[in-house]
Amino acid sequence: MTAVTERAGAAVVDRPGVATDETAPDRRRAWVEQIMGMPISVHVRGAGAWRPAAAEAAAKLFADLREVDRIFSTYKPDSEISRLGRGELTLDACDPAVREVHRLCEVARTRTDGYVDAWAVPGRPGLFDPTVLVKSWAVARAARHFEAVPALALAVGAGGDILVRPGDEPDPWLIGIQDPHDRTATLATVPVHDGGIATSGLAARGSHIFDPHTGAAVTEVVSATVIGPSLMWADVWATAAVARGAGAVDWVETLHGTSGLLVLADGAVHRWQNEP
Amino acid sequence: MRRILIAIGTTLTGLVLLFSFPTSLNRIAAANAVGAAATGSAATTTSTSTADADAAAAAAQAAADAAAAAAATSASGTYDGAVASTRFGEVQVRITVVDGVMTASEAIAYPGGDRKNVQISSFSIPILNQEAVAAGSANIAMVSGATYTSGGYIDSLQSALDQAGL
Repeated sequence: MTAVTERAGAAVVDRPGVATDETAPDRRRAWVEQIMGMPISVHVRGAGAWRPAAAEAAAKLFADLREVDRIFSTYKPDSEISRLGRGELTLDACDPAVREVHRLCEVARTRTDGYVDAWAVPGRPGLFDPTVLVKSWAVARAARHFEAVPALALAVGAGGDILVRPGDEPDPWLIGIQDPHDRTATLATVPVHDGGIATSGLAARGSHIFDPHTGAAVTEVVSATVIGPSLMWADVWATAAVARGAGAVDWVETLHGTSGLLVLADGAVHRWQNEP
Repeated sequence: MRRILIAIGTTLTGLVLLFSFPTSLNRIAAANAVGAAATGSAATTTSTSTADADAAAAAAQAAADAAAAAAATSASGTYDGAVASTRFGEVQVRITVVDGVMTASEAIAYPGGDRKNVQISSFSIPILNQEAVAAGSANIAMVSGATYTSGGYIDSLQSALDQAGL
């Protein structure tokens, strides 16, 4: 429990008694912080995993995500998103990050035929709520801090969405895909060198994905996992797949350069792998 | 010459297979998923566009042109075709000719520089577990699942995986 909630400040101190030179036997390290209401796990692999530079990169990544939360949280009345929603701020007056996310939400709405719509949040139609892609966008952006330690393989997990980078390590990250019917088990595994893995579904919070065209809760696709070059787009595709319901089985074939897995309500598992 | 053309045809087929990343469309009842390994390599050529086939053909033809001259004199040796651009990158084919007959062909230039990149440029299809796999027992580093909250983290699979490196 204590270790789980360890703060980055403490993690900067290297583990006592562990060599920090290239020959150090311990080549893996992990940090976890709770940000945006979810656990953010950062794992690194490779020579230098226990050097201070890696811990500094992790601390910067966490700080970056806390800043995103401060700007984008819909739960904080003084966040820019909340003030934008109340009309106290114009889009032009917002942080450039807000404008970038706003633009990405427009693109996502178009590219998903409206199935991922930041302006169609149930109960608050028309209000701009970018929650649907802010998390994965922020994680991908915050991962840039690890460019300071390019040799390390990196994996960042944010409440079930994962970004991985290969560094100089030859082996891929092995990613487990959670069984939506038993969250203590994995249904499948997939090796990934470089890219994003995102899962959307009905498992963790009950049914919380709606068809924006009808407003009805969707039930046909229990879980959708998308693996692709971009974490944010993998996240958008996964959410859109669940929102599409039964039509997702055919639709995922149009997602170039991705692979993935759909778990359907009748227990069937649909997998795909598309060329770039 | 005719045998060369047949062999070139084989090369072309190989290239098309090499650079097509077939779509696996497999609906498997979860209960029957046991034992279902990745079948992404099942040969489905419908996903290969004509343009790619043309590009692969160009690469093969360039090597064939070189070989044709050699074949005319019953020469032996290896011949490298011109580099052809495909949708996936540059492709170059090398063929081996013995006594005027092409005996082998291989791609010597791959998109991104090597064969490994051909694999990386496409994402692997998820492999269904043979049986319930405890995340900590199979070198799994991270678990992708529907968003869970901080409250759900403590008893999550990811929590156990994080412990190993904390």
